Amino acid sequence: MDDPYKILGVPKGASQDDIRRAYRKLAKQHHPDLNPGSAKAEEVFKGVSAANDLLSDPEKRARFDRGEIDASGQEQAPRSSYRDYADGDDGQRYSRGGGESAGWSTDDFADIFGSGFGQGRGRASDRPMRGQDDHYSLTAGFLDAINGASQRLTLPDGRTLDAKIPPGTADGQVLRLRGQGSPGWNGGASGDALIEIHVAPHRFFKRDGDDIRMELPVTLSEAVLGGPVEAPTPAGSVRVRIPPGSDNGSELRLRGRGVPEHNGAAAGDLYATLRVVVGPPDDALKTFLEGWKPEHPVNPRQSMEPRP
Amino acid sequence: MITVEVLLTQLPDLPRQDLERWISNDWVRPDRQAGDYAFRDIDVARVRLIQELRDELEVDERSMSVVLLLLDQLYDLRRRMRELRKGVDTTAS
Repeated sequence: MDDPYKILGVPKGASQDDIRRAYRKLAKQHHPDLNPGSAKAEEVFKGVSAANDLLSDPEKRARFDRGEIDASGQEQAPRSSYRDYADGDDGQRYSRGGGESAGWSTDDFADIFGSGFGQGRGRASDRPMRGQDDHYSLTAGFLDAINGASQRLTLPDGRTLDAKIPPGTADGQVLRLRGQGSPGWNGGASGDALIEIHVAPHRFFKRDGDDIRMELPVTLSEAVLGGPVEAPTPAGSVRVRIPPGSDNGSELRLRGRGVPEHNGAAAGDLYATLRVVVGPPDDALKTFLEGWKPEHPVNPRQSMEPRP
Repeated sequence: MITVEVLLTQLPDLPRQDLERWISNDWVRPDRQAGDYAFRDIDVARVRLIQELRDELEVDERSMSVVLLLLDQLYDLRRRMRELRKGVDTTAS
């Protein structure tokens, strides 16, 4: 075996991290299960993993550096490779074609060589053909999807597309960019780019159809005494009046502050559920409560008591 | 055919819940026998492959579905090519 440092392309003084990185980079390229049928990839991968086995173990590496063992001293256990099974008939088990293949039909040839195979008709390659639609997916921020935004998408071939995410876009919605797919053949039109939008979750807003729900924390005195507080909405913060005597869990509706109107749908509402925050221990509050005799004493757990 | 227990002893670095997640993601499809999983050789090799992809080749589990989809299609195509070659050879001779 050759010098393991050379195989991994690292200097003698490389750190364990450098070695790990170099190994991973090469392994990703030459992993035999990812390159079935390439004897060269397998050869390279064997060398690379042997070199990594030697150099990733500091003890073996030190012995090698001192010349106590040579590079080929490491016998590799034979790899049981997924490819050995997937390439054979067993591989049918994970086939994406659906169902067991029942022999070979002309459809299969047509599939590979384009339409018209076996029919003796004109060659398919002369006719103008529309290009394929290309599918992409894009993750949009929650607020971008609600308010609309433009997002740039870099395609695998290096082109960039500006996807205009319309206001009110829901998770899973597909945008179609006409003519941005694969080019056509023989003067045929280009296909479309289909972009599936995934909407990232938000820290406190939750979408519910065209409405939006959130929890709005309020202090004890804001709940009891009421008053204006600043509340966030997808379109920026607004002043909300908390009614006096609000309880934990009361729901406020902010009309028209949900998903903005889109595609003819009216704007949704924003529902804020109050969450009363008592806050850190407070001596004055404690003293007050100790001397407090409620005007109408209540047992909040009454409904939980066993019925006779 | 081997059971989950045997498989896990063979792969000491693989936590059971990872394996169960992969099964529920449909990445690995063992047979079911009397309510228990039974792994064929190809299933075992596939579990090793997924583990290697994740731990050695840094394929994030979030991207694993895509990687497996592409790999499965690659092997589908290779099988078809082989059958095609067989068909062509038979026709030619």
